[in-house]
Amino acid sequence: MTINIPMTAAGAVLAMLTFSVAQAEDGYDAPAGWPSPVVEHNMAMALFDRLEYAVPDKGDEALVWDFQAWYGGDVNRVYLKSEGENVQGDGEDAEFESLELLYSRLVADFWELQGGIGYQGGVFSDDHAERTYGVVGLQGVMPYGIETDLALQVSDEGDVSASVEGEYDLRLTQRLYLQPRTEIAVAASDVEAFGVGEGLNSVRVGMRLGYEVTRRFAPYVGAYWEKQYGDTADLARASGDATEDTGVVAGVRLMF
Amino acid sequence: MARSRVITHPLSRRQILKGGAALGLGSAAALGLRPSWADPWGQTNAYAKGVEEGPEVALAIRRESLPIAGQQTHPISINGTSPGPLIRLKEGQDAVLRVTNLLDEPTSIHWHGLILPPGMDGVPGLSFAGIAPGETFTYRFPVRQNGTYWYHSHSGLQEQLGHAGPLVIDAAEREPFRYDREHVLLLTDWSFEDPMSVFRNLKTAEGYYNFQERTIADFFADVREKGFSATAEMRSMWAKMRMSSRDIADVTGSTYTYLLNGHSPQENWTALFKAGERIRLRVINGSAMSYFDVRIPGLKMTVVAADGQPIQPVPIDEFRIAVAETYDVLVMPEDDTAYTLFAESMDRSGYARATLAPREGMEAEIPERRQIADRGMEAMGAYGMAGMDHSGMAGMDHSGMEGMDHSNMQGMDHTSMQGMDHANMQGMDHSSMAGMSDERNGMKASGMLAAGAAQPGSRYDQAGIGIDPDERRMLVYRDLKAFTPWADRREPGRELELHLTGNMERYMWSFDDKKFSEVTGPIHFDKDERLRLILINDTMMEHPIHLHGMWMELENGQGELIPRKHTLNVKPGERVSALITADAEGSWAFHCHLLYHMDAGMFRVVKVS
Repeated sequence: MTINIPMTAAGAVLAMLTFSVAQAEDGYDAPAGWPSPVVEHNMAMALFDRLEYAVPDKGDEALVWDFQAWYGGDVNRVYLKSEGENVQGDGEDAEFESLELLYSRLVADFWELQGGIGYQGGVFSDDHAERTYGVVGLQGVMPYGIETDLALQVSDEGDVSASVEGEYDLRLTQRLYLQPRTEIAVAASDVEAFGVGEGLNSVRVGMRLGYEVTRRFAPYVGAYWEKQYGDTADLARASGDATEDTGVVAGVRLMF
Repeated sequence: MARSRVITHPLSRRQILKGGAALGLGSAAALGLRPSWADPWGQTNAYAKGVEEGPEVALAIRRESLPIAGQQTHPISINGTSPGPLIRLKEGQDAVLRVTNLLDEPTSIHWHGLILPPGMDGVPGLSFAGIAPGETFTYRFPVRQNGTYWYHSHSGLQEQLGHAGPLVIDAAEREPFRYDREHVLLLTDWSFEDPMSVFRNLKTAEGYYNFQERTIADFFADVREKGFSATAEMRSMWAKMRMSSRDIADVTGSTYTYLLNGHSPQENWTALFKAGERIRLRVINGSAMSYFDVRIPGLKMTVVAADGQPIQPVPIDEFRIAVAETYDVLVMPEDDTAYTLFAESMDRSGYARATLAPREGMEAEIPERRQIADRGMEAMGAYGMAGMDHSGMAGMDHSGMEGMDHSNMQGMDHTSMQGMDHANMQGMDHSSMAGMSDERNGMKASGMLAAGAAQPGSRYDQAGIGIDPDERRMLVYRDLKAFTPWADRREPGRELELHLTGNMERYMWSFDDKKFSEVTGPIHFDKDERLRLILINDTMMEHPIHLHGMWMELENGQGELIPRKHTLNVKPGERVSALITADAEGSWAFHCHLLYHMDAGMFRVVKVS
């Protein structure tokens, strides 16, 4: 199920894209069979913004990823986004915090409106609770160059949640950069299976120092602080987890 | 011919080249010449990559393994060289150019700057279907002009692979200047990356090739120089716009090797001369993406032609050459010494270099490269005022003009202006504002400016970003002045305004916010109408705008003696105008000559009917 739905949706969106980039060629009187003098190309790119090993102060060590890829033209694109982790030594397989397939449309110079479906649960396993959800988001760059990803999710059970992520690259040299990063999650209702409580769920703040060996390959080290709030914190306490933690990370930023 | 020495006479040149077999190697040796493709002496019209003499020329296009900058690579070659050979035609000839495509994809050759029948212009999809693999296409056209031009592929991104070369047309009548020797200098930008991956990098990762971004160190340097609040305000303005003030070139020396006649700076191609000679340098910017600032330390240059058309001599120290432009300059080295031909890329990320010397194996000092400049007010103005309606300005009456500088100024943040340094203030439009009052007198009853008058918002007296006008005498558009008025002296019957637009973040480029794929039809010119084309650059990049098939008479304020050009450089935020006589029936390409801008959609079709 988790594979089929995204694939069907991908097919549908791709068909739409192909349609919308077809060239308008009226009025040029060019004989049939002549090519267009300028041909637009669809592009594709994939980015592991974070692919890192996290060593928390209190919790378990984990391999964490934050991935996105797109295919399409200047205005219409299909995105595949995923965040997740594989907690080390818990005997469970990796988990998608999110795996999303989105249609994306450029709505302003710096902003894309995105919508699609998402999946949360185990990666090829039943180790984790699963749910699917619909998602609407806004991805872009705020004034002052803050890269922003805002998303609103409605799960198959009707649970509503939202998240905002922001990051900023401060250039120390032409290749060395400092990247502050923040992530805030809120929810409209309790969903115990996922450790989500109503209201502000969590805040995570991090700082990474990266070095661009090439534009496509940048190893980094960093540290973060995270805290859970309200009912979410209560749920964490109930299952014996810390509600506040700090940690260090080492990883790479990879672009293909 | 104007050339004074026997050795430079066209007859001897032809004897050497065409009657090579008859003359035999001995004669060439007696004249001290090596085969023309390697000859640095110039007077034989030798060009580093060989010469094809008209009127009948055969050209074979191949993809082959050749060394560039000492490294074996895979460019597109024309008759075995990349960039291609010099094509030499003579005014009055009927040229027959047979182009054979030995690539595994379609190709084409466009004769840049030549006025010719629409079917011979070489733009696939407009002039013809293109040249299919294995096919030969024969271009036939009468040669009705003279000067320095060039040719290049108009198919996809082939030009970036070296599919380009110089084209020189010898004048039928005496040119308004004389010289003893000439050299063709073709500037190109070569990348060992595949052009499609260069394009993909631009499309998927903004600033991919810019390794001269502002860093925290620049911030502190500015704080020391200008104080904290001024620096913070300036930076905050740029940060708010989400743009980089160091965005001078999209593709830089981080991937490009800048070539002069196909040779890297290290290879040091040498052009020979004898002390006391007057040398004509035909400089062509055949780059895909790179503007250059060209100078020869120790030598004054006299510009005698722009885009192949003669202009009244302008003595200068340096000139900026936009992509696709050509300039002819005369130099007269008095001393028996070497001079460096130095072409620094506009973003200062690299340079092309050759040596002008009395003997082979000599070299002169290579100048230090300048530091990259930060874009200032002019580029920001472009951004901030993109939404403003400039259209009324040209036709404004007195009150309107007063209104203009107010509205302009309101568009800018007064508080932050305190934060500007003086260098940036140069970018501001003092010139055109002052010029405006002058032009009031020239205003026609129709509300349009008189033919030849400079538009308010033009900056023809500035060379552009990264130039200190006090450092040395730099050529500016205002300097270009024709010898005699062009034939059509009619006032323009109408004005056509086009905005140069783009989205830097997405690498989308367009006219009037519409990419080529988004427009539904051509721009229409009425046959034989006289019109004024106004180009308004709403972006913060320079754009070299090229019209095929017809000249653009650049209204640089020289009245009757405005120069005519095939490619106009429009600086960020600038408003530039040209008069056009629409005498060439057919469909013509009109586009930004930055290759990746064109391919991203900054292209239109002009249909004259």
